[in-house]
Amino acid sequence: MEFNLTEEQRMIKNVIRDFAEGEVESGADERDKTGEFPLEVFKKMAKLDLMGLPFPEEYGGAGADTISFAIVVEELSRVCASTGITYSAHISLGGAPINMFGTHEQKQKYLTPLARGEYLGAFGLTEPQAGSDAGGTRTIAVRDGDEWVLNGSKCYITNASYAKALALTAVTDKSKGTSGITAFIVPTDAKGFSVVADYEKMGLHASNTTQLFLEDVRVPHENILGVEGNGFKQFLAVLDGGRIGIGAMAVGIAQGAYEKALAYAKERVQFGQTLSKFQAIQFKLADMAMNIELARNMVYKAAWLKDQGRKFTKEAAMAKLFASEMCMRVCDQAIQIHGGNGYMREYKVERFFRDAKLLEIGEGTSEVLRMVISREIGCR
Amino acid sequence: MNIIVCLKQTFDTEEKIVLESGKISEDGVEFIINPYDEYAVEEAIKLRDEHGGEITVVTVGPERAESALRTALAMGADKAVIVDDQGLELDEYSVAKILAAVIKEREYDIILGGNMAVDNGSGQVGPRLAEELGIPQVTTITKLDIDGGKATIERDVEGDMEVIEVSLPVLVTAQQGLNEPRYPSLPGIMKAKKKPMERLTVDDLNIDGDVSAKTSVTETFLPPKKEAGRVLNGDIQDQVKELVALLRNEAKVI
Repeated sequence: MEFNLTEEQRMIKNVIRDFAEGEVESGADERDKTGEFPLEVFKKMAKLDLMGLPFPEEYGGAGADTISFAIVVEELSRVCASTGITYSAHISLGGAPINMFGTHEQKQKYLTPLARGEYLGAFGLTEPQAGSDAGGTRTIAVRDGDEWVLNGSKCYITNASYAKALALTAVTDKSKGTSGITAFIVPTDAKGFSVVADYEKMGLHASNTTQLFLEDVRVPHENILGVEGNGFKQFLAVLDGGRIGIGAMAVGIAQGAYEKALAYAKERVQFGQTLSKFQAIQFKLADMAMNIELARNMVYKAAWLKDQGRKFTKEAAMAKLFASEMCMRVCDQAIQIHGGNGYMREYKVERFFRDAKLLEIGEGTSEVLRMVISREIGCR
Repeated sequence: MNIIVCLKQTFDTEEKIVLESGKISEDGVEFIINPYDEYAVEEAIKLRDEHGGEITVVTVGPERAESALRTALAMGADKAVIVDDQGLELDEYSVAKILAAVIKEREYDIILGGNMAVDNGSGQVGPRLAEELGIPQVTTITKLDIDGGKATIERDVEGDMEVIEVSLPVLVTAQQGLNEPRYPSLPGIMKAKKKPMERLTVDDLNIDGDVSAKTSVTETFLPPKKEAGRVLNGDIQDQVKELVALLRNEAKVI
């Protein structure tokens, strides 16, 4: 057992905390209001070579581990969840599938510029009729000589407006069910491909959420990611890693809300004493601290298993599920501690609350995650 | 150009000081590179990138201080030396002696340090070290240009500015405003582990004379809690009388 961060992880944590507090936090409220994408933040992160963090040096990455990835996502989300999710999706949904399943040539062509921060990574999975039931994918790809012709649409795709290419799933053989789904790398400037970012969201206003429309989009056969028919298996593996990112986001948002609530409780005086002297408030804060610590440990454990090359499906699901649900409670109680002030934008905790809700939905709803865990523990 | 940076690991400036049986407790405390020394590291990296050469960062301190050196290596320094203080009571005199013993064995064109450490705030180690080495020193610098064997330096003199030309080798101490220290880049962090770290003890060094401290700390205490102020009322004449009486009898400053 070893509960210390390594020297590198500790340094990465220091750097990203300084960076988050110095470069990300100040604009977070304004971006939440205007929906402006934090492009400048990502340019600066690219300068620090953070955009390819866990990918091999050979492809422009830094070869850091998954725990370091979780640390970066947590620290960004602690001050601005929109920045956190953009980064998490860039790495774990955009870069990871190409890194895991791409050929050397595909990695050179698509992973290297992504890792250098020249564009943001995205992943096209969800469709209007295929949410939790990704087997219901309707986007189709039909072979035509050396090319594939893709038709269909995707929804709720993070980062696609800032991606030069992305992996997306399409049905290549309807008769084979989930074994007939294949992943393709599609350049976003391909003819017939359009990206529309006009959702009105509850939170995460500064993250880029898009619809993709494919009308007779042609890609060469070499753009198949990995093996034809493996798309379904691939995205299950991708989502396992993504869930570590969402879990880390939840820990970060909760940590941010908790710190604000604690500071407020120590200052706000009612009935002649600070809120932090009332046991009712103390217990809320104690529960917050406890839940955050437990969730962080589980996120780190899932990340550690991944770094060891071991199976981590169950742990990633547990980490994401526990962290996102506790995050929602922590943000709820952070508002409660702030009273009427907490309901106001000025005190920020309501932003954390709105941002947190997505984490119980994206990359596996709480219900789907309970299905995953049930399956992993042998229920049938 | 051979560049040496002397740095100290200090408490994070956001840490609360807690006393435990008369000593400052280090339990659960975050440590950082002394902020003034961080300016020195940044300036060294800029000099190295402009003129070429190598940066050696040196510290005297407990084992934990190694992580401050690693951070400097991650920022871009080339190698590091730590002299383990082995729990000895050291003061500015001792540290300057030890640093001198480390540095006189090496080639250097410029030595950089912080103007002072944020913990003890004495600002003595730099000047003492320059004296030990017999080289010129310029303290509280805010700008540094090197051309050939000459440095042109701007220094902060109590809010005014002085320009100094000095020949190398020279020791300078950094004042706030000299530069904006960079964040270590991720590849910098990943590479820092592989850069050389020389670990020495005081016994390994050929020290000129005795290093034991010339000063001792007799008492450590926190500043008294700030009490609420008092506003005097009434006629001006009465207020003045009361104030004088208070200054004499209560504050005992006259």
